Amino acid sequence: MDFYLTALLQGLCFSALALGIFISMKIFNIPDITTDGSYTLGAVVTAVMIKHQQPVYVVLPAVILAGGLAGALTGIIHTKLKINALLAGILVMTGLYSVNLTIMGTSNIPLNSFPSLFTLWHISEDPNQNTFWIVAVFVIAIILIIGYLLKTDFGIAMRATGNSESMIRALGVNTDRMKITGLALANALTAVSGYLICQNQGFTDISMGIGIVIIGLGSVIIAETLINWLRITSVWLSLLLVLGGSVIFQMVLAITLDIGVDANLLKLVTAGFVLIIVSLPRLNFKGR
Amino acid sequence: MIEIKNIHKIFNSGQPNQVNAVNGINLNIKSEEFLVIVGANGSGKTTLLDLVAGSVSPTSGTISIDNEDITKLQDYRRSKWIARVFQNPMSGTASDLSIIDNFRLAAIRTKPKGLSIGINDTFKNQIKEKISTLGLGLENKIEQQMGTLSGGQRQALTLLMSVMDSCKVLLLDEPTAALDPRSAEVVMRTADELIKDYRLTSILITHNLKDAYKYGNRVILMGEGQVVKDLDAGKKKALKQNDLFDWFG
Repeated sequence: MDFYLTALLQGLCFSALALGIFISMKIFNIPDITTDGSYTLGAVVTAVMIKHQQPVYVVLPAVILAGGLAGALTGIIHTKLKINALLAGILVMTGLYSVNLTIMGTSNIPLNSFPSLFTLWHISEDPNQNTFWIVAVFVIAIILIIGYLLKTDFGIAMRATGNSESMIRALGVNTDRMKITGLALANALTAVSGYLICQNQGFTDISMGIGIVIIGLGSVIIAETLINWLRITSVWLSLLLVLGGSVIFQMVLAITLDIGVDANLLKLVTAGFVLIIVSLPRLNFKGR
Repeated sequence: MIEIKNIHKIFNSGQPNQVNAVNGINLNIKSEEFLVIVGANGSGKTTLLDLVAGSVSPTSGTISIDNEDITKLQDYRRSKWIARVFQNPMSGTASDLSIIDNFRLAAIRTKPKGLSIGINDTFKNQIKEKISTLGLGLENKIEQQMGTLSGGQRQALTLLMSVMDSCKVLLLDEPTAALDPRSAEVVMRTADELIKDYRLTSILITHNLKDAYKYGNRVILMGEGQVVKDLDAGKKKALKQNDLFDWFG
């Protein structure tokens, strides 16, 4: 059972990343893969600052800022230099690898001996359960903030930017600035996932972000499938489903490991699983 | 109100596919004037409208509104004066957003989009009331997504959205081109009423010569990026519908 609790914790920690992908991919319609870099950046900033005895509540704004900067950079390259969003993301992600390595100074920082967000409060005797309550509150706070944001006038303008650019420009919105802000927000959330995960697993590794974007994509696609299936238009429910998608994704991976699939094959299983979710709604079993 | 001085727009300058879309147009559009532009495809009508809206910037020449030079102003900054209805109903509204969300954005077209929630019951009732004036029965569907509506309904709502916030200039780029005759008539009639009620200065591009005859108080014919004919209110009144057809004969 502990095994599944760990998966649940992972799912909750990754939900910030999933929300980030949801914002860039679904709200802004921009395929952003800065994710691999900004996720690691979040973890790297967290590790280095914790190692230097910074309290976790000081670390968090720094992580948000770092992720935001990375996203804004992708946004600027995409909008101002008119470079394809995918390429812009790849460029920033690639550059971030060196930046991350430079900040860390080494390829791995263990954090087990330092206080973390999950040792800040003692709600339960069991460390995993303690982590669960803290991360649950944390994630719900994020959803409340993002949900509120999307309901505001600014949020409606954000949603319209990805939907009908000609319209929103005619309504007085600088779409370039809006996209830069959106990508900054998305990558700030991604970095927050790095912040959560590295404290949860107790170390930061330079390669922890490789291929991580698929986790976000998979979670969002699970959520999207459910959103379309249940015909949901509510912003709040959509965000909750993204959270759900993230948890489901980790659960599927946990089940895969539990039934004895070789851990080396996990990325292949991940890719296959995402393929199945993407193609399921497109398959028509009843024939034409 | 709108002053266009010797404006040129050249696309792909210096290349084999160079297009001189607009060739030195001078136009002075008075306040509350309803200008109708007709002309064959490729005569530069839409480019001229894009130049006024700011989605295309001129190669040379100046444009001013209310004596303020707006030539260098980006399109989203011109929204202070200008509202726009596009040819494609999809372009003027956001399909995935609800009607009320679309109207909220339109209601704050000239204002900053801030971090407060603007959609409350008062706002909803206000919008319902406005929408009911269209007589399309959409006032009880304000939570519905824009994408579920027909092209005609969307164009009519786009028109209404343009007068939600202070608006001086209304640009209509073939607003009925994608609509069936009945919806087209509803949209044109709505446009005409709004233009009169809100005393807007407006420019309509149309291929429908009946509309060109019926609406507006000034009509110009464009050809090869220039104004070929220009009839003011007096001359337009004297104009017969067949004369218009002869322009294209």
